[in-house]
Amino acid sequence: MAPGMDGKPVAVKTRIYTHPYVLAGLVPLVFFLVFYFYPLAGIFLRSFVPDFPAHLHIDLSFLDQVAGSQRLHHIIRFTFWQAAVSTGLTLAFAFPCAFVMSHYQFKGKKFLTLSASIPFVLPAVVVAAALDASFGRNGWLGVLNIRHPLVLIFIAHVFYNFSVMLRILTSFWAGLRANVQEAAAMLGAGPFQTFIHITLPLLMPAVWAASFLVFIFCFSSFGIILILGGPAYSTIEAEIYRQAAHMFNLPVASFLSLIQIGFTLVLMGLYTAFSRKAVRFAPKGSHTNFKQPEKFWEKAAVTGNAGFIILLCLFPLAALAGKSLVHEGQLSLIYYRAIFDNPASSIFHVPPFTAIKFSFIFAGTALAIALVTGLCAALCLNHLDRTKAKGLAAFFDPLFMLPLSTSAVTLGFGIIITLDRPPLNLRTSALLVPLVHALVGFPFVLRAVLPALKNIPNNIRETAATLGASPGKIFRCIDLPLISGALTAGAVFAFTISMGEFGATIFTASPRTPTIPIAIYRFLGQPGAMNYGQAMAISTLLMAVTAAGFIIIEKISLRGIQQF
Amino acid sequence: MKPYAAVATVIVCFILTLPMLTTRALCRELTIMTHDSFSMSESVLKDFKKAVGADITILRSGDAGQALNKAILSKNNPMADLFFGVDNTFIGRALDNDLFITYTPKGFEDIDTSLLLDDKNRLIPVDFGDVCLNYDIKWFKAKHLAPPAGLEDLIRPAYKDLTVVQNPATSSPGLAFLLATISRFGENKYISFWQKLKANGVMVVNGWQEAYWGQFTAASKGDRPIVVSYASSPAAEVFYAEQKPDTAPTGVVIENKSAFRQIEFAGILKNSDNTDLAKKAMDFLLSKAFQEDIPLQMFVFPANTKANLPDVFLKHAKITDAPASLPPEKINRNRDKWLREWTENLLR
Repeated sequence: MAPGMDGKPVAVKTRIYTHPYVLAGLVPLVFFLVFYFYPLAGIFLRSFVPDFPAHLHIDLSFLDQVAGSQRLHHIIRFTFWQAAVSTGLTLAFAFPCAFVMSHYQFKGKKFLTLSASIPFVLPAVVVAAALDASFGRNGWLGVLNIRHPLVLIFIAHVFYNFSVMLRILTSFWAGLRANVQEAAAMLGAGPFQTFIHITLPLLMPAVWAASFLVFIFCFSSFGIILILGGPAYSTIEAEIYRQAAHMFNLPVASFLSLIQIGFTLVLMGLYTAFSRKAVRFAPKGSHTNFKQPEKFWEKAAVTGNAGFIILLCLFPLAALAGKSLVHEGQLSLIYYRAIFDNPASSIFHVPPFTAIKFSFIFAGTALAIALVTGLCAALCLNHLDRTKAKGLAAFFDPLFMLPLSTSAVTLGFGIIITLDRPPLNLRTSALLVPLVHALVGFPFVLRAVLPALKNIPNNIRETAATLGASPGKIFRCIDLPLISGALTAGAVFAFTISMGEFGATIFTASPRTPTIPIAIYRFLGQPGAMNYGQAMAISTLLMAVTAAGFIIIEKISLRGIQQF
Repeated sequence: MKPYAAVATVIVCFILTLPMLTTRALCRELTIMTHDSFSMSESVLKDFKKAVGADITILRSGDAGQALNKAILSKNNPMADLFFGVDNTFIGRALDNDLFITYTPKGFEDIDTSLLLDDKNRLIPVDFGDVCLNYDIKWFKAKHLAPPAGLEDLIRPAYKDLTVVQNPATSSPGLAFLLATISRFGENKYISFWQKLKANGVMVVNGWQEAYWGQFTAASKGDRPIVVSYASSPAAEVFYAEQKPDTAPTGVVIENKSAFRQIEFAGILKNSDNTDLAKKAMDFLLSKAFQEDIPLQMFVFPANTKANLPDVFLKHAKITDAPASLPPEKINRNRDKWLREWTENLLR
């Protein structure tokens, strides 16, 4: 048998590290070193070794402060507790919906998937505003009197993460179905037995992977906690912000950041390990046959599922859009018209049109950076994974996910003290925002592209290589066309995440270059119905842009984002 | 290959647009770092540019504390030439970190001398305001309840669930109010006052806007008729009302040492490349043109005694005769401790 024909690697270990794909991995590595690890190292050094470089004395007095504070202990416990409850709730709601979505074909299914996806990329200010439009004093569901901050936090977390859970579970479950049905039929097992003994165990890695991911998102929740929770509720991330930005207690803030990064790394490691384990059963590209709901309970399940998704995801968004269209009890476009006005009352008025312009420019640039670095990282990790350097891949994979849950204020302060001299004087540069957004968008590109690359059988490439194709040609003619869908999906994710990013933007954007979420935030901070209405109107526009992005994903490729 | 060409073109376009955003104007530029509440009218900004002879960029960098923290972190290579908005609760932190150079601006002799806190003139007072309780006059009338006369009233059962305050760790009026209670009840007893206040249903929110525009009955659909704000807030209520009322809809509690005076300072940042421009800017900040713009832009009082106040201020804004006070050194030494104590007791 010729080398490589059995799918095993042809490369010899010594040649692994000079392979072009591995060298491509240097791009994201340098990107991370300069814009992520260097600023973090700077802020940690400043916090723990305050007299550096004059004295190398490590100041550990903050440890007593942390140890002595009941409040900080409570916050750490609360962070885990709320993340666990939020994840449990999300799983409880998403699991039955995933069952329906993976088994049945029905009218409006694509629409439901789309509406479930939009919340994930909305900024916290908009989600808070949407919940306020639904449950607030003057909200559509104000009579329900759901105003306890904790309940609102849980609703917001489920609202945000439902689609992540749903997508992962649905895609694995749909892949399992065909095989399981055959097996079960042969063994004569009933549907319940099949579920308990076959489906559930096979589904577990996907459930774990999805749960870890949602847990990480809730664990590092920031805007939601700060806005909906008020001063009484604090997660580690929100506390880092308070300690650093308000109390200027850098040692405690940095220490909390380290704790958070440490936990995230462990959780990311677990997540990536479980996603590797969650094997796909249906070969990619094979069309899964969905059933039409026929029996009464099937119809009821489909209806219930649709009703739930509409209530959870669509209702708050509709309430938000509704608020933007009603002026003094009447339908009106006055808020939308006001967006394009520029009343010269204050020199600090953020003209929303300017904000929209900068949002697009920043998101486009962030997309470009995230796409290039993410693709390079995926190529490298995939290559390492296929050769004997599996350990290296398992090491870098979770590491590259870290920006997803790193405190924006820690990174922001780090950037202020480290990237302050030419050629990297970025503090007041317009490039800073897209760079930070690209850091957050990068993991999404990586997560979308990596599975697509893994699904390309090795022997296709090797056949091409045997026939004399150069690595460049293999990339252009084989890899790129096969991952183009996933690449588009990752790109749209990076774009929409940048459009909605708030925490890091408020810290890095210069007043001359506001973005849409900043404009929303500023409008919400001003009194009067006009400002509130304009905030709702821009939020609605942001939602529309996001929805358009997801429609593009669905049109071009259904597969790419299912993995994330 | 066409789609890839299109994508590549888009990417190249974006990368080409960016330098256009980052290129600075070729003429000289003065950068003022300040907090988010800073404001001035457009005509005064024009005069400001003329007086300095350069373009002016205003870098709003979060609230008062955050802006100062950013200035401290970047002091070796400052992001601005001048800093506006260090208040008397933060002046110790600013001076300890050696951020500013000495400069005595023109018009210095017209400043109310009670506002001067730095004998080396590194930080110069520009404006001041008294933080105190505001109440909704109509609400108290309707309930036949006497409005509070001092801080002690807030813990009476009749005032249960009526008050909203700001978190002193995240809001500068919140911190000023905490200092008022420390000045009033003493370092050892203030926390028991706050514990009683908590038992009496005080609501704590993160910032002034949330408290005033989100919870205060006179300014929002909220249900709290007592809020921590400024003694000049009633003037703002009248100024912004669609039909100007004769009397303000809100009252203030400034007797019995229940108001705390907040003084805002400005100074020239060390290591700035534009010290000459910054000096001219400091002169302008104390000039009548800027000082008379302060009341209706930021709703606080000008530090320059020669500046004329607008009518609405003369009629409706109050100045406290005897504000509560604490020595700045004492605030600087204990601020973090007090905030920790307050946070541990109130936010659990």
